[in-house]
Amino acid sequence: MSHDTPIIGTSPLRKEGRAKILGTAQYIDDQTLPDMWHGATVRSTIARGRIRSITFAPHIDWSQYAIVRAHDIPGENTIVHLTKDHPCLAAHDINHVAEPILLLAHPDKTALLAAKTAITITYDELPGIFTIEASEAAAEAFNRDPNDTTNIIWPGSTHGGTANCFKQYQMYSGEAAATEDALAAAFESADHIIYGEYTTGAQEQLYIEPNGVIADCDLDPATGHVRGVTVRGSMQCPFYLVHALTLVFNLPEERCRVIQVETGGAFGGKEDFPSVIGSHAALLSMKSGHPVKLVYDRGEDMAATTKRHPSRTRIRTAVTSDGRLLAGEIDIAIDGGAYATLSPVVLSRATIHSPGPYKWPALRVRSKAMATNIPPHGAFRGFGAPQTLFALERHMDKIARTLNLSPEHIRRQNFLATGDHTATGQPLLEPVDMQHLLTRALADSDYHAKRAAFTESNKTSQIKRGLGFATFMHGAGFTGSGERRLNSLVHLDILADGRPQLLVSSTEFGQGTNTILSQVAAQTLSLPYDDILIHEVDTAVVPNSGPTVASRTAMIVGKLVERAAEEILSTLRNQAALPTPHTRADFITAAQTYLTYHPQLRASVRYEPATKIHWDDDLYRGDAYPGYAWAVYVAEVAVDYDTYQTTVTRFDALQEVGRILHPILAKGQIEGGVAQGIGYALYEKCVYKDGHLMNNQMTNYIMPTSADLPVIHVAFEEVPSIHGPGGAKGIGELPMDGPAPAILNAIEDATGIAFNSIPLLPEDIFERLTNFTIHPHGGSEDLDPTIDPATRVETPEVNA
Amino acid sequence: MTTITLTVNNSPTALTVPPMKRLLDVLREDLHLTGTKEGCGEGECGACAILFNGELANSCLIPALQADNATITTIEGLAINSAHLHPVQQCFLEQGGAQCGICTPGMILATHHLLAHHPNPTEAEIREGLAGNLCRCTGYMRIFESVKQAITLTPNP
Repeated sequence: MSHDTPIIGTSPLRKEGRAKILGTAQYIDDQTLPDMWHGATVRSTIARGRIRSITFAPHIDWSQYAIVRAHDIPGENTIVHLTKDHPCLAAHDINHVAEPILLLAHPDKTALLAAKTAITITYDELPGIFTIEASEAAAEAFNRDPNDTTNIIWPGSTHGGTANCFKQYQMYSGEAAATEDALAAAFESADHIIYGEYTTGAQEQLYIEPNGVIADCDLDPATGHVRGVTVRGSMQCPFYLVHALTLVFNLPEERCRVIQVETGGAFGGKEDFPSVIGSHAALLSMKSGHPVKLVYDRGEDMAATTKRHPSRTRIRTAVTSDGRLLAGEIDIAIDGGAYATLSPVVLSRATIHSPGPYKWPALRVRSKAMATNIPPHGAFRGFGAPQTLFALERHMDKIARTLNLSPEHIRRQNFLATGDHTATGQPLLEPVDMQHLLTRALADSDYHAKRAAFTESNKTSQIKRGLGFATFMHGAGFTGSGERRLNSLVHLDILADGRPQLLVSSTEFGQGTNTILSQVAAQTLSLPYDDILIHEVDTAVVPNSGPTVASRTAMIVGKLVERAAEEILSTLRNQAALPTPHTRADFITAAQTYLTYHPQLRASVRYEPATKIHWDDDLYRGDAYPGYAWAVYVAEVAVDYDTYQTTVTRFDALQEVGRILHPILAKGQIEGGVAQGIGYALYEKCVYKDGHLMNNQMTNYIMPTSADLPVIHVAFEEVPSIHGPGGAKGIGELPMDGPAPAILNAIEDATGIAFNSIPLLPEDIFERLTNFTIHPHGGSEDLDPTIDPATRVETPEVNA
Repeated sequence: MTTITLTVNNSPTALTVPPMKRLLDVLREDLHLTGTKEGCGEGECGACAILFNGELANSCLIPALQADNATITTIEGLAINSAHLHPVQQCFLEQGGAQCGICTPGMILATHHLLAHHPNPTEAEIREGLAGNLCRCTGYMRIFESVKQAITLTPNP
């Protein structure tokens, strides 16, 4: 194919950019439908218990309001994700604070607040379970005595889990029994056994536009029954909401229509949650007979919607004196909150990413997602991987320190390379060069020279400086057989005027979906970028190209667009005399010739794996992802020993994500992800008390501002991949994985203290530093055992 | 209810509104200027930023009665028309300063205000000037690039 002007690899203007900078882009709260009412949600104020009574104060004329309770739901009272444990509205049982109990709508938005406060709900309260440990303890008590269900907050068996546990995985680097033997032998004979525990907190997505929708029901005038539902709103995955609506309203798919409007940030926070708010607004529309807008304010959005899963990861490794990994046992637990939502798949990604970019002769990973009485945790960029990669990359530095080797040496001893097999047994068929990435990242960041200089200056300065890095990978696309199951479909139409129009359900929420898919189409069709149209994401019109998640849009959907464009060219060459190469005029002529004899010109292309991809869900082995992005991130920090404030003073992000489709968008993705990662490490703390999020405001949930962040240097190694269009791979989630471990590794370099929990706030450093001063042999690691290979006795480590 | 007169984007307007209605809501609901966004409702995020008598202000914190006799510029008042963008808007478009776009109107007004007061801002002045406007998408780097390009395009007094 000839391309006069390259389009892939250049940075054309964002498709919807002009509307955004003019302020004319129409987000959901900017839209109004005729006779539209406004909705509100009445929520539980306790974490666990049963509803005893609901009373409506007499001073309000309730006939003016539409009121929806669980018994009004025409279909099933469930928000379906992977199972049906999650009620749409709480009928009797309460399992978390801010659980929706009833819905209100009124023509006047200002009438809703008074009405909400005029409803009194009383409860028979039960003690809540708020931590992974409490949930585990309850499950253990139940396992000892099946009558002890006091603290079993999630039943399990009917939903594919066990008591208090949504999901468990066990993943081996080889055949299970043989790997168990290899593990036993390695831990018996290794020079060193090193153990660590690492924890991460919840994190709010904090899209600047809160969740919101407008729903409009089509009611049968004779019966009042719902004939169809239309929901428009801010979201990532319109077909997820279609599925949820089919159950809530007991309607076929074609009667449930979802339209995505301009979406003001998402980051996973608008993956699963729109199924909740969308169903609620639709119920209010059904009850009121009007379109209903339901838009949360910030406080409600933060209190009630999903966050990143908190986690605890324990890693035990057997290593040689020169730093080679012989064996590993990784135990992961994540806090799923009150309902399963997406926890099983978040756990899956956490599990598969936990071995990192390393060779493991023998490895066992056990993982579980536990129930707590916290609002359900859900999707957030990285989807489990940031948690376990934080643990592993902190642990790699711990191994280095224990063996008195450099963090660089330890990684170089163990990196996966082209042709090696990952821990799931996947052969790395495409080129992988972590050795080179590390060399380049350390050079770009001037790591060695700066580290030497900081070691000197730290002796006298109250500002302790240090450098740390993380080496990691992120799988693009759905895990395992997921892409096969999604069976994504895209259409590419050529309209009467010869302009191509893409039809996909892949949504734009800032990442650049519209732009990159248009680039791929333009490049493949040899047409100008500006010629490409992209249809509004309306499930009544567009095919299901899958959810916009999992770093899959550029690589998976982009490839479908490329194939669709190739099919159009082939059709026009064979049937309408399109010459090779062709001009824009040739293309339009050929398309119009074709359309003279045919009703339409459309290419419809379905997902086919580029290579033979095999995944075994039972053994949890095989090709986990079609392609991986590889990265080395270097953080430089300054820890102020007077204020205990940590500042990231420079950040270098080097990655190999295949061919870069759009350099400005790609850099923007990495920089934005790094900023969220810095927030995850040092700023963003969800403070819970008895299941209530105490800081559900931007005033006291702190994300980084323009004054807080360092200069973020972004660099790419471009190694084309066969999996994506023009050689591209997935990029979106990768930058969330590396910053937190790189920063805590740097803090350890600066202070000599190993912090293994995030977020790490100044008060945490204060506590540890003062403790450190009081107990000269202290530091963070003195409770973590290592095993003396000579004596086989676990001894506290004192060389922190 | 109280009657206020104000000049919005060079158009004088008189409105009768509840005195404590937020200026943000007056702009969005009464004047249909929805380019001004609500992100937090408590003056932290800057998505509702406008120019209020020439100063950058969060419109969610201003009651309507305080806007009596005020001169206001919103994002809709910046471009000459959709084909002729304000230089700051053009730079945000070209440099990737807008991703999801929800902070963009406030960020562009903050940049406009910054450059009006500091035609040649240092890196630190740019960071400080935009610190009241939160962006969750970009990590601010593309926004800094947009501002730096705008410096070269904005006439130096």
